[in-house]
Order: sequence, then structure tokens, then C-alpha cells
Amino acid sequence: MDNLRAFFSFSDPNVVSVVLGTLLLTASSAVVGTFTFLRKKALLGDAIAHAVLPGVGAAFLWSGVKDPLMMIAGAFVSGWLAVWAMDQIVAHSKIKEDTAIALVLSVFFGVGILLLTYIQHSGNAAQTGLESFLFGKAAALVGRDLWVFGAVALVLLVAVGLFFKEFQLIAFDEAYARTLGLPVGRLNLLLTSLTVLAVVTGIQAVGVVLMSAMLITPAAAARYWTDRVQQMILLAAGFGALSGLAGAYVSYVAPAMPTGPWIVVVISVVAILSFFFAPGRGIVYRYWQQESLRHDILEENMLKAFYQMGEQEEDFFASRPAEELLAWRKFPPASLKDALRRLVRKGDMVRKNDAWQLSPAGLERGRSIVKKHRLWELYLSRYLQLAPDHVHDDAETIEHILTPELEAELLRMMDYPDLDPHDAVIPYGEKDKKE
Amino acid sequence: MTMDAVYIILTATLFSISCGLLGAFLLLRRMAMVGDAIAHAVLPGIVIAFLISGSRESVWMIPGAASLGVLTTFLIEFFHRRAGLQTDAAIGVTFTALFAVGIILISVFAGQIDLDQDCVLYGEIAYVPLDVWMTASGEVIGPKALFIALGLLVLNVLFVVLGYRQLLVSTFDPAFAAASGISVVLWNYLLMGAVSFTTVAAFNSVGAILVVALLVVPPATAYLLTHSLKRMLGLTVLFAFLSSACGYVLAVALDGSIAGAIVTCAGGLFVLVWVTQLLLRRKPAKELHPLT
Repeated sequence: MDNLRAFFSFSDPNVVSVVLGTLLLTASSAVVGTFTFLRKKALLGDAIAHAVLPGVGAAFLWSGVKDPLMMIAGAFVSGWLAVWAMDQIVAHSKIKEDTAIALVLSVFFGVGILLLTYIQHSGNAAQTGLESFLFGKAAALVGRDLWVFGAVALVLLVAVGLFFKEFQLIAFDEAYARTLGLPVGRLNLLLTSLTVLAVVTGIQAVGVVLMSAMLITPAAAARYWTDRVQQMILLAAGFGALSGLAGAYVSYVAPAMPTGPWIVVVISVVAILSFFFAPGRGIVYRYWQQESLRHDILEENMLKAFYQMGEQEEDFFASRPAEELLAWRKFPPASLKDALRRLVRKGDMVRKNDAWQLSPAGLERGRSIVKKHRLWELYLSRYLQLAPDHVHDDAETIEHILTPELEAELLRMMDYPDLDPHDAVIPYGEKDKKE
Repeated sequence: MTMDAVYIILTATLFSISCGLLGAFLLLRRMAMVGDAIAHAVLPGIVIAFLISGSRESVWMIPGAASLGVLTTFLIEFFHRRAGLQTDAAIGVTFTALFAVGIILISVFAGQIDLDQDCVLYGEIAYVPLDVWMTASGEVIGPKALFIALGLLVLNVLFVVLGYRQLLVSTFDPAFAAASGISVVLWNYLLMGAVSFTTVAAFNSVGAILVVALLVVPPATAYLLTHSLKRMLGLTVLFAFLSSACGYVLAVALDGSIAGAIVTCAGGLFVLVWVTQLLLRRKPAKELHPLT
């Protein structure tokens, strides 16, 4: 608890710089990642993240010191080379995109590991801390590093701000962007460069191996909460910053812990919660929506059955036990009682001891379903020339989803017909009068 | 060449053949990145199995790895189908999360288990000749890892030979496979189970991450050269051997990671074959010109 208070009071200047650095890094990679996600190239980010490793190693070998600017330059070159190699392999061989990504990713990474171990064994004292590139160490962000990486993060944010409209367009419809005369090739180049830049800065916080999570996961989580790109970017940056804060805290409390994995675990939890519980898109919401649609259909079928039985016996308000309903039509017995209870609660049915009867409102709903069913049967047989015994199944489905507008159009087209193809009366209500 | 070098090259070759045989099917199914994901995601399974058994060569590794591999495959499908997440993002989110959990577990239990981040990354193939199997009378039979690699290769060859028809048909024509009574889902999970099992068995030697390269690069090089699956599998074996031998030599020369060097050589072989092919292809195009 004391740790928590000490951390969040931000009185330690070291804490401030680490938090600031981590926030900038995670948020800026989340922003750029949003576009790679939208272009369905999330794994390209993964490949770039692995591919910068040999560049970092080579830059160190060449300069002999751990200079952030040199490393950014080196990482940039190898990240670029990787993207170019992937494009070339896909364009000039029969190898498909996913294999090309996996191939370039693993080979660059292998070369990087070879270089890194070579450097470690070469006995250069300045190499200590180079392995923090593999798993990240937010606490290592101090002094000059912080300024350099902070500046890079700002460049990223400004560039995305300036080219927001163009990036949005190529993310959703590259062909359209091209017909508008946008330089799509150069924009793609810019976006790839920004991705490389984001990777180079982000690996300071989470390391090479988990960098792809910082590009993909915040964007994937944000996608579940909104359909607007602006909001999605802000949310992704927020999620990224939240996980960065958590990582900085871990790095403060337990310096022996690798920071990167904690950042990734936090952002993954956010993403998985979003997949499940986000309104509109989440798994729970989808399930609930499917269930309620299923309920609606079952209830409507019951009201229809009551209406048809009433029609046959010329007594719409007769009360009927569940067995009678089951004899008329095969309903799933398990959900029958539940559906009847819901109908009573909605005021469409009235329960009398062990039997049920339609209320006036329920009669109206049942009549409306039967009307749509028979109208559709007539439409199919009249306009699509289907035999009368072939139209029932289709009408069974459409009766639940026919909109009032379509129904009005059908009525107008067929001029308020009286009978369906089976010579059953199409039941009109009060409001269905012909103008 | 010393006996140690022979042991190391032989072990690496056997592991890379195992990986390559399975990788060929992943490549043809366009699931190369799923293989990548599984190779990362088995890490928590390895650590948990390690914690339970306290050893690296125990039978616990098999269920530990297989369950994580199947879980990864399931989660990717689940996020894609039920939550409507695009496949590339589903792969990316799943494997990074599981890998991160694995690294955290390693850090938390660092005192209790003989596993560290470096070992996960690079493997310890250089130490293969040091850990040997001995008979009761103290006679040295050979390195343990070599026998593990051999056993693994036998299992994988059996899997590919016995399931050849099912794998072939479900890879190239899932609809026909289903019509002729082959369960596409079952064979998919079997293949993923085999991949995760192989990854775990090989991770000791080559590192969990570099297994990815062995899964993809030799089969991709072979794929450039042939249209026949059988020939592709044969060429994969050849490239697996060449990469391992050349990688060992390179690693010794540079005093670097052997696994990293093997991958570097595998990549070099790919570039060599590909560029040669590009250069050779220019000519026939010109020769055809007068006819058209």
C-alpha cells in the first residue's frame, strides 16, 4: 500500500520520468497500431517488431556505444528492409503473405539474436542493458533516452494528426483513395515508417517480443467500443496508457520483474473484457441479442397458434391448456412455460388456472403475424409463380422480420387481397384500411 | 570435427526435420502465423509443467504443452467466430497475452525453477553434449537431447506417414475431406497438438522463439522448388540438415548463439534459392517471346 501511495504521489522525480516515458511510448504505438489494425495488417506490426532487432545490434556494433539515436537509425533500416523483403517475396515468388511474414520475422529475429550474443560475448562493457530490448525495462528510461523517445512519440502523434484523413481513407478503401488522386503509395510508405518508428520506441518499454501486442491489442480492444475512427484512436491510446502506467508501477515496486509482460497482460485483460462485455459487439451482448430474437420468434409463433386455433373454432378468447397448444404445433416443451410466462407479463396473454387465453393486445399481435404470413404466401405465388404448397416455409421466416414499410408496399402492390393461396382469409386490422 | 560438434549438428538436424515436416502442412494451410503463435503460447504450459514436476524432461511437458497449443488454437477461433475479431488480430492478441503470462511466471518462480528468459530465447544447444545418458555401469551412451530429438522425429514421422492421406486431403480440399468422412476439425487440432508438442520438445535446444523459424523457413525454401508434397517434405529434410550444419560452423566462428546462427543460415539458403530462381526465370520468358 505504501508503495502505491509513494508511486502515485509522483514525488520521486525518477517515477515521473519513467511514467511519462512509458505513457508516451505505449500511447503512441497504440495510435499507430490502430491504423495497422484497420488495414488488417496487424501481424505486419508483429514482423516489424521482431525485425528491428538486427538493426539495433548492428547499430551498436558499428558505433560501439548505446546511443538512442543510432539505435533508432539502425532499427529503422532493418525494419524497412524487412517490409521491403516481405513485399518482394510475395510479389516475386509463389509464397503467400502469411508465410512471408513468418519467414521474414523469424529470420530477422534469428540474425538479431546471433548479433546480440556475438556482442555479449565480445566483452564490450557498454553492452550491458542491451538485452532490455528483448523484454523491455521501463525503469531504464532516464535522462537523454527519455527526451529522444519522448520526441519520437510526439512526432508520431503529430504525423498521425496531420495525415489523419488520408490514413483513414487508405485504411478503409484504398481503391477509392487512389481514384481521388491521393498518393497511396507514398502514404503507405509513411504509415509503414511510422509503424517502424513506433516499434523502435515501444520496444524500450515492452521489448521486441511483445511489441506487437502494443500495436494490436489496444486497437483490437478499442474497436469493440466504437465505430468511429477518432474515438477508436483516443480509446486505444487510453488503453495503451493505462497498461503503460501499470507497467511503470510494476517496474517501480519490483525492479527484478520484466516490465513488458506486465504491460501486455494488463492490456490483454482490457481487450478480453472488451471482447466479452462491450455493448453492441461483445460476446455477451451478441448472445443476449440472439436469445431475445429467439424469444421473440417463439412468442410470436405462440400468439399465431392461438390466433389460428381461435380462427378455426371461431372463438379467439377461449382459454386453452398447454397440451392443446402442443397438439396444434410442436413447440419445444422446455421453453414453453417460460414463453407463456413472458407473454402474460407483457400483457398478451391471460392465465386462468392451468390454461391461457389471448388478451385483446395479444389477439392483435397474433392477427398481425398471420396477416404478414398470408400476405407473403400470396406474394410468392403471384409474383414468383411458386406453387401454393411451396410458399409456407419461407413465409414462416419472413413473418417475423417483415417491416411495416414492406408490408405497406405489399398491400399496395396486391391491392389489399382478401384470400391467400390456400383460400384462407387475410385478417386485416383497424389500421390497415385502404386510403 | 569433434564428437561434440557431431552431436550438436545431429540434434539440431533432427529437431529441424521434426519442425519442418509439420511446418510444411502449416505453410500449405496458410497457417504459418498460427504456428508462430503456438510456438510462443506454449510457454506458460512449459513453466507450469516445470513447476509441477521440477524437471525439464518429464512426461508432464506433453500434456502441459499440448493443452496450451490446443487452447491457443481454440482461443484464436473463439475470438474470431464468437467475437467477430479479424483473424490477424485474434492471433496477435492471443499469443502475446499467453507469452507474457509465461515470462511473468518465469520471473515469479525464478528461484524455484531452472529456467530463465535467455534459455527461452536462445535455447541451450551448446550444452547438449554435456548432459549424457549413462548405463548402470557408468558407460556413456550419448547426449540425452539427441535421444529426445530422435524419439520426437520418430513420432512426427509416424504422425505424418499414418495421417498422410487425411492431412493431405484436409489441407487441399476441406470440403472433399468432409464428404469422404475425414474430420477436418479433428485433424486440424491433431496437427496443432503435434506442433505444440514438437515446440516444447525442441525449445530446450533451440529456444521457443527460434522454433518458429524451423517451422517456416526450410519448408518455404522447399516450396519454392517443387509442386509435389512428397518432394517438398524430402527437400525440407535436406534444407533442415544444411541449415543446422552451416549454422554450427557460423556460430563457432562468431562465438554467438547456435540457434540464431542456424536460423541465419536457413534464411540465407532461402534467399539463395529464391534469387537463383528469379535469375533463371528471366531467360525462359525471353525465349518464349518469339512464339507469342
